[in-house]
Amino acid sequence: MTYMPQLDRRSFLAGSAAAGFSFGFAIPSSGDALAQGAASGGAAPEVNAWVVIRPDDTVVIRIARSEMGQGTLTGLAQLVAEELECDWSKVTTEFPTPGQNVARNRVWGDFSTGGSRGIRESHDYVRKGGAAARMMLIEATAREWKVPAAECKAENSVITHAPSGRSIRYGQVAAAAAKIEPPKDVKLKDPKDWKIAGKPLKRLDTADKVVGKMVYGIDVKLPGMLSAAILDCPVFGGKLKSFDAAAIQSMKGVRKVVPVDDTAVAVIADTWWQAKTALEKLPVVWDEGANGKVQQADIDKMLAGGLDAEQAFVGNQNGDVKAALAGAARKIEAVYSYPYQHHVTMEPLNATAVYAAERCEVWTSTQNGEAALAAVIAASGLPADKCEVHKTFLGTGFGRRGRSDYVDQAVKIAKQMPGTPIKLLWSREEDMAHGSYHPITQCRLTAGLDDKGNLSALHMRISGQSILAGLFASRLAGGKDPAVFQGLNASGETSLGYSVDNLLIDHAMRNPHVPPGFWRGVNVNQNAIYVECFIDELAHATGQDPLAFRLELMDKHPKNRAVLQAVADRAGWGKPAPAGVHRGIAHFMGFGSYVAAVSEVSLSGDGKLKIHRIVAATDPGHAVNPAQIERQIEGSFVYGLSALIYGECTVKDGRMEQLNFDTYEVMRLREMPKVESIIMPSGGFWGGVGEPTICVAAPSVLNAIFAATGKRFRTFPLKNHGISMA
Amino acid sequence: MVSLSVNGKAHDIDVDPDTPLLWVLREQLGLTGTKYGCGIAACGSCTVHVDGEAVRSCAMPVSAMEGKKVVTIEGLAVDGVLHRVQQAWVDLDVPQCGYCQAGMIMAVAALLNATPKPTDAQIDEAITNVCRCGTYPRVRAGIHHAAANA
Repeated sequence: MTYMPQLDRRSFLAGSAAAGFSFGFAIPSSGDALAQGAASGGAAPEVNAWVVIRPDDTVVIRIARSEMGQGTLTGLAQLVAEELECDWSKVTTEFPTPGQNVARNRVWGDFSTGGSRGIRESHDYVRKGGAAARMMLIEATAREWKVPAAECKAENSVITHAPSGRSIRYGQVAAAAAKIEPPKDVKLKDPKDWKIAGKPLKRLDTADKVVGKMVYGIDVKLPGMLSAAILDCPVFGGKLKSFDAAAIQSMKGVRKVVPVDDTAVAVIADTWWQAKTALEKLPVVWDEGANGKVQQADIDKMLAGGLDAEQAFVGNQNGDVKAALAGAARKIEAVYSYPYQHHVTMEPLNATAVYAAERCEVWTSTQNGEAALAAVIAASGLPADKCEVHKTFLGTGFGRRGRSDYVDQAVKIAKQMPGTPIKLLWSREEDMAHGSYHPITQCRLTAGLDDKGNLSALHMRISGQSILAGLFASRLAGGKDPAVFQGLNASGETSLGYSVDNLLIDHAMRNPHVPPGFWRGVNVNQNAIYVECFIDELAHATGQDPLAFRLELMDKHPKNRAVLQAVADRAGWGKPAPAGVHRGIAHFMGFGSYVAAVSEVSLSGDGKLKIHRIVAATDPGHAVNPAQIERQIEGSFVYGLSALIYGECTVKDGRMEQLNFDTYEVMRLREMPKVESIIMPSGGFWGGVGEPTICVAAPSVLNAIFAATGKRFRTFPLKNHGISMA
Repeated sequence: MVSLSVNGKAHDIDVDPDTPLLWVLREQLGLTGTKYGCGIAACGSCTVHVDGEAVRSCAMPVSAMEGKKVVTIEGLAVDGVLHRVQQAWVDLDVPQCGYCQAGMIMAVAALLNATPKPTDAQIDEAITNVCRCGTYPRVRAGIHHAAANA
């Protein structure tokens, strides 16, 4: 999602931020990204916004998107370097700040990092940035040598002029290139000519991660810094009534106990451990309000009501479902549901803020630097030109760090102790109590089949929560949340891969009091289960092969077909599986990419599930770094299968019951199946990589479980059905 | 006052003896490579070596470290030469976000100390650290790679 901070750009440009203002705090070095900051242009002038080349030939590539493990830092650098024709071994990266982006008329484009958009929505302008810098380096050289630029060639950070046999390194000409007028007409390479992009290169950010030097938000240290622990009303929507600061004021290290808005209280102490320990002893009285009486069963009932509701928003429709169902030779119906789930980012949420009457700065792990900046501006009450956000690496994000609630809190705490840097860190329990939960939905699917077993009509009624209604009500379209229909649309980047003559997919919006959010894979995750398990049900009910049944409906969807056929072929669909092993298949489209999987499982009589092998295919259009795509595919199965087997947050007395890994289990290494990836970019479009594959993890395994046992599970997670990992 | 040795250096630290080792490392000693993930010894992000054994430092009171030798991710490389597990992680590009990897590497290094050539079953049993990015296949390959380079 694109957030635009509401900034007065004129005042911003006039202010000191444009000159790179700062409190002057240096934080521990983590390679160039943090040590140099985007002010490295001071030492070596930037060739353009994307490229700085130092006299020693080091190429600093600016990365606007956040890096949370998904690898786009490396992929984006590959795209710039490809067009720049630079020496890859000399490449390093840095994050420009959101404040600098605003001051420079958003020269780096969108900072938000979600929806698997990091590469697919910036490939064009970052490649143009690299190409323009190359053209300027060549032009500066040609002028110096007084030869036509067309006679000069750039390769591996060296420009040569064959007719005269001269050559010069990028580092020698970068300063002159910086003064050249940027070219207006920039041509990009044909991807088939790529030498750096498209290759399985290693990540640029590994070295610091294996020695404990990488700086995440939680590791930020500033001189004189104090730490804060926070407790927000455990009941969503509840209020802070009172707290007794005197009871803990004398505890060691405690500096101050402060309210945060009218819902939370924070303890500021010398160390975070002291703050957390004191907070646990702080007497607090809450006003839980009516939400304090809400139980999970109330929410389930609320959603069940939506399955039969008259009114619903239509997402995809053709033909006449009502008439077709009425006239169908056979009707099949099933109801599925999908629970609340938590992101559990490995690094708990945190932000470090310094507030003074004149300025406010924040250091944090965020998926959206500009939204974080907007939060700082709003919470500090200072003009935009007095605020700045410094991005660190993220200990995962999964969508949770697109929200800036923790940044807002950090500023409001720091405001109550002006001039002192304060690091706010949420305990894991606070994190799990105040998530942006994967929305809860139920789905009734009704199919009409003709006497030959062909699918003639399908009504898919979704009932449940809207993320947009919870986070950005202004983006609802006449009350409708288009994001609910991810993977189910008639066209576009998340469209349904089947053609059904009479189709109706609609949504009865039911919004419980639990805050929803974007959760890696978002609505594609449950929509893929609903569609792909139900289609499987129809195939089995009519005695048809699940692959053949699908292919019948996919004539108009060649790319979906291609990935589905690829996994079937590789897995040996139709041939016998090893003894006791059963296969399930699924495909879907999400985030602009086509994905499919075959899972091979066995299930013992006492519910021990073993996933032996998964074959997964993805067509992301272009594959910028196949090695990193493989890792995203593997990781997607860990994320998707953790959700399927264990993932569930339940509400009791208005609050979440699961507050740590002891009650919210996730997959471990021993449960990890073997994953074989097929990366099959067909060109002509740019799809995402970080999220799409997650959605085929669950349905392929569920369909395999059905093949193994004849049991169809329609509620999740599987642990509730007595299933555990062998 | 608690006396302990961290990465070969002796420290006397004025801290509540109940403070978990993790927070003494991070807040008193500034060794932030060891990470906080859960605080209940469930995820392994905080894994360090205590007298050569893998220990989850978030639930271990610092007072229990009296007279013991603690090694953290910052102390694993010797004289700037990466430990073979760290080197394997670089060779195979194991980390994604990297947040859990310090604990993962420490757990694996301890496993290889005790079991130089672990089988897959031994790896399954010993390595229970959580990685939300899902680096598990690369972790397993990295363990075998490091074991082969012993």
